[in-house]
Amino acid sequence: MSRHTLSVLVENKPGVLTRFTGLIARRGFNIHSLAVGTTEREELSRITVVVDVGSVALEQVTKQLNKLVNVIKIVELEPEASVRRAHMIFKVRADAAARPQIASAVEMFRGHIVDVGPNTICVEATGERSKLDALRQVLEPFGIKEIVQSGTVAIGRGSKSMTDRAPRV
Amino acid sequence: MGSHAPAPQPARQAVPQPPTPSPAPPAPARRSDYHEPEMLTGAQAVVRTLERLGVDTVFGLPGGTILPTYDPLLDSEKVNHVLVRHEQGAGHAAEGYAAATGKVGVCIATSGPGATNLVTAIADAHMDSVPIMAITGQQASNMLGTDAFQEADIVGMTMPVTKHSFLVTRAEDIPQAIVSAYLIASTGRPGPVLVDITKDAQASTAPYVWPEEPQLPGYRPVLKPHAKQIREAGRLIAGARRPVFYIGGGVIRAGAEEELLALAEATKIPVVTTLMARGAFPDTHNQHLGMPGMHGTVAAVASFQKADLLIAVGTRFDDRVTGDLSSFAPRAKIIHADIDPAEIGKNRFADVPIVGDAAEVLRQLHIELREHQPEVLETGYEAWWQVLNSWKSTYPLGYEHNSEGLCDPEYVIKRISALTGPEGIYCAGVGQHQMWASQFVTYDRPRSWLNSGGLGTMGYAVPAAMGAKVGEPERQVWAIDGDGCFQMTNQELATCVINKIPIKVAIINNSSLGMVRQWQTLFYDGRYSHSELNTGHNTARVPDFVKLAEAYGALGLRVERNEDVDAAVEQALQVNDRPVVIDFTVPPDAMVWPMVAAGVSNDEIQYARDLRPDFSAEEEEEGQA
Repeated sequence: MSRHTLSVLVENKPGVLTRFTGLIARRGFNIHSLAVGTTEREELSRITVVVDVGSVALEQVTKQLNKLVNVIKIVELEPEASVRRAHMIFKVRADAAARPQIASAVEMFRGHIVDVGPNTICVEATGERSKLDALRQVLEPFGIKEIVQSGTVAIGRGSKSMTDRAPRV
Repeated sequence: MGSHAPAPQPARQAVPQPPTPSPAPPAPARRSDYHEPEMLTGAQAVVRTLERLGVDTVFGLPGGTILPTYDPLLDSEKVNHVLVRHEQGAGHAAEGYAAATGKVGVCIATSGPGATNLVTAIADAHMDSVPIMAITGQQASNMLGTDAFQEADIVGMTMPVTKHSFLVTRAEDIPQAIVSAYLIASTGRPGPVLVDITKDAQASTAPYVWPEEPQLPGYRPVLKPHAKQIREAGRLIAGARRPVFYIGGGVIRAGAEEELLALAEATKIPVVTTLMARGAFPDTHNQHLGMPGMHGTVAAVASFQKADLLIAVGTRFDDRVTGDLSSFAPRAKIIHADIDPAEIGKNRFADVPIVGDAAEVLRQLHIELREHQPEVLETGYEAWWQVLNSWKSTYPLGYEHNSEGLCDPEYVIKRISALTGPEGIYCAGVGQHQMWASQFVTYDRPRSWLNSGGLGTMGYAVPAAMGAKVGEPERQVWAIDGDGCFQMTNQELATCVINKIPIKVAIINNSSLGMVRQWQTLFYDGRYSHSELNTGHNTARVPDFVKLAEAYGALGLRVERNEDVDAAVEQALQVNDRPVVIDFTVPPDAMVWPMVAAGVSNDEIQYARDLRPDFSAEEEEEGQA
């Protein structure tokens, strides 16, 4: 089992995400992270999905996904040839004494403090999954009350674009 | 940019074109004689689109949300609607029509329970790659999601069992949805497509515009095989000493029987046809080894186990064929050709994967061998044929006569086949009767054997036979059914009687759920837990199938002894104004042989109970080789 990131171009239509996730679920694959949004072309959406599978299973799930009529293109993004980012927001316990320490930790991770309450602060950060995990470990001792995170989004490095040769809809 | 996820690279991608409408659409109008598009209700648009696609028959049953469409349907002179008694019957009839004719079968139902009653047939068509289009009514779009009367999310419910589906909420979208559905159902790997149309979309009015361009940017089935893969396949064939064609239902769906016959005869390579491919290669041909799998012939099963190359075309290495996968065809390299890339390598690694239409693949392979591996056409595989022929002659399909003086199921089916001939269409549901019908009917042409292979649906046979008879009225159509199966869908006899669809039904009545009983005999110490149906010999006979047939206005006959089989079958073949139901009384203890138990290696095939073929001679020979 290893982690793979698939970038999937789909028609921007109702129900497409259901078809997509339903297929992954019924073929027995676990979605590690999922992010969906429109692209530079209004008629196309892009799904970034991270799955834990072996290589044979990955080929099978890719082929099955390709059979979905609304799926236009699937590309696996290799870690070394792509940029991948996720966004996380933490609500951390913070009294007056802890605040400066948290602020400096957040600074080191190039995060931001986005909300301050009497006993808590909210911290946001963007980055690779490993960096966000590290930040989480740093914040843990202060007491994390709440975590929310986006799915990973990823884009290939270099000048080529995934939508370059996608057919017009 | 990352690399593409692994997938066999197609040589060329065929962009599907919308089916030619019938009659042909008018030539593009010049500006001067430009007409405003006609205004039609969505309901009229449904019927108009079906007419222009050339749909001549739909099977259905009306209800609240599909009523708008039923109104213009009454006036259509091109679309014949057959009113079924249960929507499942409409679904299987559409399947039977499609499987017999090769055209798209169409069924119509209302929302809610009408639609859910179609689900079994849709799932069945999905497993067996049958091109059907299901049109369902749906609650009005402003009521969706409110749990309105007869509302069911049928698009959501059928997502796992359809090739694709559409939810249409606007009248102007109806032609595009139906044309796309028809196209998707019938091209690439065929399958069921659902078009769910809200009541307001049917009732409102919009300009009727025929969709010239399908809007399916993500749908590009690959038809032409990659030349490099064909060359590789040719090389493997040239190196093989014990090759076998492993032919699946895809060959029938693709209409590739002529290409198969030509290639098989040119190479002298033996042919095995799966349950779904019976008739793809003539049973009477001496290169045919029969059916593989759980109830396959010894020659077919053993040929796979001893082969050094399987040339698999239009097949999916189903568990009922492979048995225990790890010991399936252990010495064989695999050439796997299929129109669905996802089938290739799904269950068994393919040494040479080929994506393409079966007819095209077989044609290209033939050319490749002729031009680059001509010695293959001279080989003849004499040593291999010696082994195969010895299996064929030592272990032919057979059966023992029962001691109770009742009909032998195998004999009944053999006689139906002999008296009806190869132009007949034979339908079966699932179970013992299905296996016997697959084994003991002589199939000499494709589209003559219709059954529920993948899903294993009890009740498929009668409505499928009805659909087949509507599609192919000149051919005799038999439903070879079990007493259990028959009780699931026999209400369609009413449809057949009223609409003068003279199918023949042969109930192989063993008074039980026969295959369940067989497994209980073999694997559950003969503890017959809830498999007795009391329809047969020495039971209460509930129902009495002869009386049931008569109640429906069909001809009902009962046959209890082998010597009376011919007369009854001949009588049935003479009746063409109404259906015939023959209740063949057979003993409950008859079993289907040969058999490979579920999940067991094909090497463990039993020719009859506790009788394993002796392969030691061949094994010795291999050891020396």
